[in-house]
Amino acid sequence: MKVSYQWLKEYLDIDVEPRELAEKIARTSVDINDVYSLSDGLKKIVVGDVKRCKPHPDSDHLHVCQVDVGEDEPIQIVCGAPNVAAGEKVIVALHGARIGDNVKIKRGKIRGQQSNGMLCALQELGFSDKIAPKDYDDGIYLLPDDAKPGDSVFPYLGMDDTIIDTDVTPNRGDMLSIYGNVNDIAAFYGLKPHFQELSVKENSDENASDLVEAVVNDETIAPTYKLRVIKDVKIAESPLWLQIKLWNSGIRPVNNVVDVTNYILLKYGQPLHSYDYDQLPGHRFSVRHAKKDEPFVTLDGDEHKLIENDIVVTTDDQPVALAGTMGGQGTAVSDETKTVALEAAIFNPIMVRKQARRLDLHSESSMRFERGINPATVETALDEAAELISELAGGKVTKGIVTASEKPAEDKQITLSLAKINHVLGTELSMDKVEDIFNRLAFPVETAGDDQITVTVPPRRWDIFVAADLYEEIARIYGYDNLPATLPVMTRNHGGLTPRQKFIRATRHDMEGMGLTQAISYSLTTVEKAKQFQIDPVDEPMKLDFPMSSDHVATRMNIISGLLLDVAYNVARNVDNVALYEEGRVFLPKGGERPEEQEHLAAAVTGQMLANSWHKDDQPVDFFRLKGIVERYLHNLGIAGKISYVADDSRSEMHPGRTANIMIDDQLVGFIGQVHPTTAKEYKIPETYVFELNLEALLAADKVANEYHPISKYPAITRDIALLVNTDVTNDDVMAIINKRGGAYLKKVHLFDVYSGLHLPKGKKSLAYTLTYQDDNDTLTEDQVNKAFEKVTNALEDDLSAEIR
Amino acid sequence: MGLKDKLTQLRDEGMAEIRNSKDLQKINEVRVKMLGKKGPITSVLRGMKELSAEERPVVGKFANKVRDELTTAIEDRRAELEQAELDAQLAEEKLDVTLPGTPVAQGQSHVIQQIIDQVVDLFVSMGYEVAVGDEVEQEVYNFEKLNLPKDHPARDMQDTFYVTPTVLMRTQTSPMQARMLEKHDFSQGPLKMISPGKVYRRDTDDATHSHQFNQIEGMVVGKHITMADLKGTLEVVAQSLFGDKLQVRLRPSYFPFTEPSVEADITCFNCMGKGCAICKHTGWIEVLGAGMVHPNVLKMSGVDPEEYGGFAFGLGPDRFAMLKYGVDDIRNFYQNDVRFLNQFDEKG
Repeated sequence: MKVSYQWLKEYLDIDVEPRELAEKIARTSVDINDVYSLSDGLKKIVVGDVKRCKPHPDSDHLHVCQVDVGEDEPIQIVCGAPNVAAGEKVIVALHGARIGDNVKIKRGKIRGQQSNGMLCALQELGFSDKIAPKDYDDGIYLLPDDAKPGDSVFPYLGMDDTIIDTDVTPNRGDMLSIYGNVNDIAAFYGLKPHFQELSVKENSDENASDLVEAVVNDETIAPTYKLRVIKDVKIAESPLWLQIKLWNSGIRPVNNVVDVTNYILLKYGQPLHSYDYDQLPGHRFSVRHAKKDEPFVTLDGDEHKLIENDIVVTTDDQPVALAGTMGGQGTAVSDETKTVALEAAIFNPIMVRKQARRLDLHSESSMRFERGINPATVETALDEAAELISELAGGKVTKGIVTASEKPAEDKQITLSLAKINHVLGTELSMDKVEDIFNRLAFPVETAGDDQITVTVPPRRWDIFVAADLYEEIARIYGYDNLPATLPVMTRNHGGLTPRQKFIRATRHDMEGMGLTQAISYSLTTVEKAKQFQIDPVDEPMKLDFPMSSDHVATRMNIISGLLLDVAYNVARNVDNVALYEEGRVFLPKGGERPEEQEHLAAAVTGQMLANSWHKDDQPVDFFRLKGIVERYLHNLGIAGKISYVADDSRSEMHPGRTANIMIDDQLVGFIGQVHPTTAKEYKIPETYVFELNLEALLAADKVANEYHPISKYPAITRDIALLVNTDVTNDDVMAIINKRGGAYLKKVHLFDVYSGLHLPKGKKSLAYTLTYQDDNDTLTEDQVNKAFEKVTNALEDDLSAEIR
Repeated sequence: MGLKDKLTQLRDEGMAEIRNSKDLQKINEVRVKMLGKKGPITSVLRGMKELSAEERPVVGKFANKVRDELTTAIEDRRAELEQAELDAQLAEEKLDVTLPGTPVAQGQSHVIQQIIDQVVDLFVSMGYEVAVGDEVEQEVYNFEKLNLPKDHPARDMQDTFYVTPTVLMRTQTSPMQARMLEKHDFSQGPLKMISPGKVYRRDTDDATHSHQFNQIEGMVVGKHITMADLKGTLEVVAQSLFGDKLQVRLRPSYFPFTEPSVEADITCFNCMGKGCAICKHTGWIEVLGAGMVHPNVLKMSGVDPEEYGGFAFGLGPDRFAMLKYGVDDIRNFYQNDVRFLNQFDEKG
């Protein structure tokens, strides 16, 4: 709410500067968006008196004016506004002035005529169209006759006021009024507010109840509903003091009736609505839910089709307003209005909120209904409004208020324990101190013994229900700055990461240590991408009921597809070397209410993993580079089972000849390989290698503990073997035979060369291994090794038709 | 010429030859020539038997002295030459040490992960446990049990991705509050937990909004937990993440699941409170929301609010990262531009 500092001062003897006050409000009450003056950044703008005004000789619309600006001689200013005339008091931006939008005014010639400044509209002083009065839309603003030429215009226009723009939390609806602000500020400065209320003089002979009737059948819709009728009003411009209060609060002045309702809304937080009595379809008011598809035209001219949850005010069952939200076009107060029906109500906050939200009609009124209304001031506000309309528009207030429903304004009593207060806040407040705080808030208290304190909460603080709400009142008035700062006492339960959390963290560190950078992608994706690259495919992903964008409609069932989008994003920006990993959730619907959430690890690499170097050849990533990372990672986990990589040509997004399933014994835990060129093309990415692992499976897998093996003191002997085999013979096939026939002394087998090419017969390849033999307890003899080696070579020849080279 | 004179002559000639040896091969030749079995000193010594018994030890001693002198001279010269050869080799091996080193493959964690890890480590060091929840939540845990009944206005502030009327993408990590309260055995002491993770809001992505972001929720509930403890804890968090010279300011705020509720601001680390564009000229930056756990939340999770109480707080790693590094577009965090990710490679 835009709170006028000058308005506050009418009711509070406050002597702190506006900025200091704002800081105090922020620390004690509600947050502050901004503190500003409408005159900020403006200068040399004064009152002018137009002495003479003649048409410009070379223009059909410009005027040449002689304007008294408080100097010895009037100055000449050329002005194009149609409403400029001799005798008017105007806003003059002098030579050297700074006006709105940081525009500087300089003297100059306009079509040959000297002009020593500019006559201004409020918009030119930075007023937005939302607050500048409508009456001056087509010309310059005219000041009151008593304005003194040469004076700064700011005091005349209330622009010297400081506005404290507060950001009110949903619970503090009471802070959406001057009344609420005055009460709260009085509490934290310990002041006595002198709030002024106007009482109404019913100066008409007629009874309101003879003119209108009001019925509310369902009090949940309108717990309070009241009407007054004011006759013989004369619609006109409001006095300047009223207009200033409105525009300083961000509300546009319209006419003396509408302005009064807005003034009351600001002062009490009580929205009012004024109807043109003679335009109403009937005079029996009622509030009800709308009918399905019932049409309604709001006063902004928009036509709405209503739904049954909407709420409308009707007369003779014809809708005349969206209750609490916006009035209807045909019944709004206009220049011709003679009789006003004035409505003060409390509408159901939830219904108003839903209606305003659905129709996108948030207004100063709906905002207040949504956050609650003080039942104690509905009538006060209605009476004061009627009185003001009577004073400003010359209306006659008819006798009585017509009431259809009335929510009682009740005090609430909450009993507190002093010990508990101090226990919750960590303070050592005395009973006197607590009583003092409630006295400042003007909440009556009664104490019993030295611990019990019963607080009476007035209806103006409808946000307070339970003891905890009062703890907050005590804490904020006492001051959070004064609260001690301690840490919870240490206890015997210790914290720490769980094994699962440690495992995930170690996984990330492994990936980073091996050159992959962590990515965090979106979990929500398209159905198609959600379904790709699954380790163990599930048919359909979980879909959102009402997605926001077509790119994010389903939860992912793999991580790779998101990483490929990241690769594409980089490649499109000429970043050719990408090595990313991601650890996170995938969501697998398995028939339950919610999908199974699995922690997965995936990586995508393209280009080179090592930057180009002046003394090293480029090393484009390939299958084995990435497999090395997976192997090392799985090795680090110490998995007890047998890890194997099984060629797999069944994954449609993967290269059929360059993809392997990753197995622990017989369990599928992931896959690795090259993205299928067709898929890569769809993603607009170059040759890219990926893997995805199910971390749940890895976490659950049996692990081996680290064990110490004494290092043999006896020398190791090595033998190299190169064999020519058919190309379909795999390394695994060879290794299996070597390990099976290697004998007790075979410690290690190392593949050191793979060759297939021109120098070999077609369909053949060469594999070369180093076999290391060692006896832990004795020195091996050449003879022992030769015998063991021969067994291996024989087996390779027999079982694989290998040719030993 | 007597033997002694001959030895003296041999010594002088040998010394000259040693001095003139320019390489290791030459000095080796000199050694063999002078000191070898067929060398002149050996033959001189062989002539000793001609000498008288008095002369023999004198000449013998002198001969040994000459041999030792020559041996030492040869070794010194050899060491000199070896050193010279090594120096020459080292001079040859000189590198341009300003050439760049060979790159190694080293990745790093995402900037948001870094913030999360920092916060997690901090709380773990204070004895908190880490509770990670599901990202697809039941509505009852995401809202109802947090004192956010249907039609609560605060639900409007959190536009939600629903899957079914009872299942949604969690809008906050707070559901773990209720789940942990239900699970915790208070006879073992207070519950001290934090819960980091991804959350989702039905928002259109732009520079300051993301439909996916991260939150870290924290809660302590026990018999003797006070609002002063909350204030102290928030000070520790803010100062350890942003610097210990910064002040913490608490302001009243509103969250349905806490009462009293506060927002914590820290001194703007950019201008140290003087006012700048980052803090919108207030000198303060809002970093987290917190409060004392609402009695309704405790009650709904089966904890007696008369006996137990505590505090809860929530902070946004995305926002922290944006503040700390001046990142001006939240989408940067999820596009994974390598040039962006690589900027946050401090390992300290």
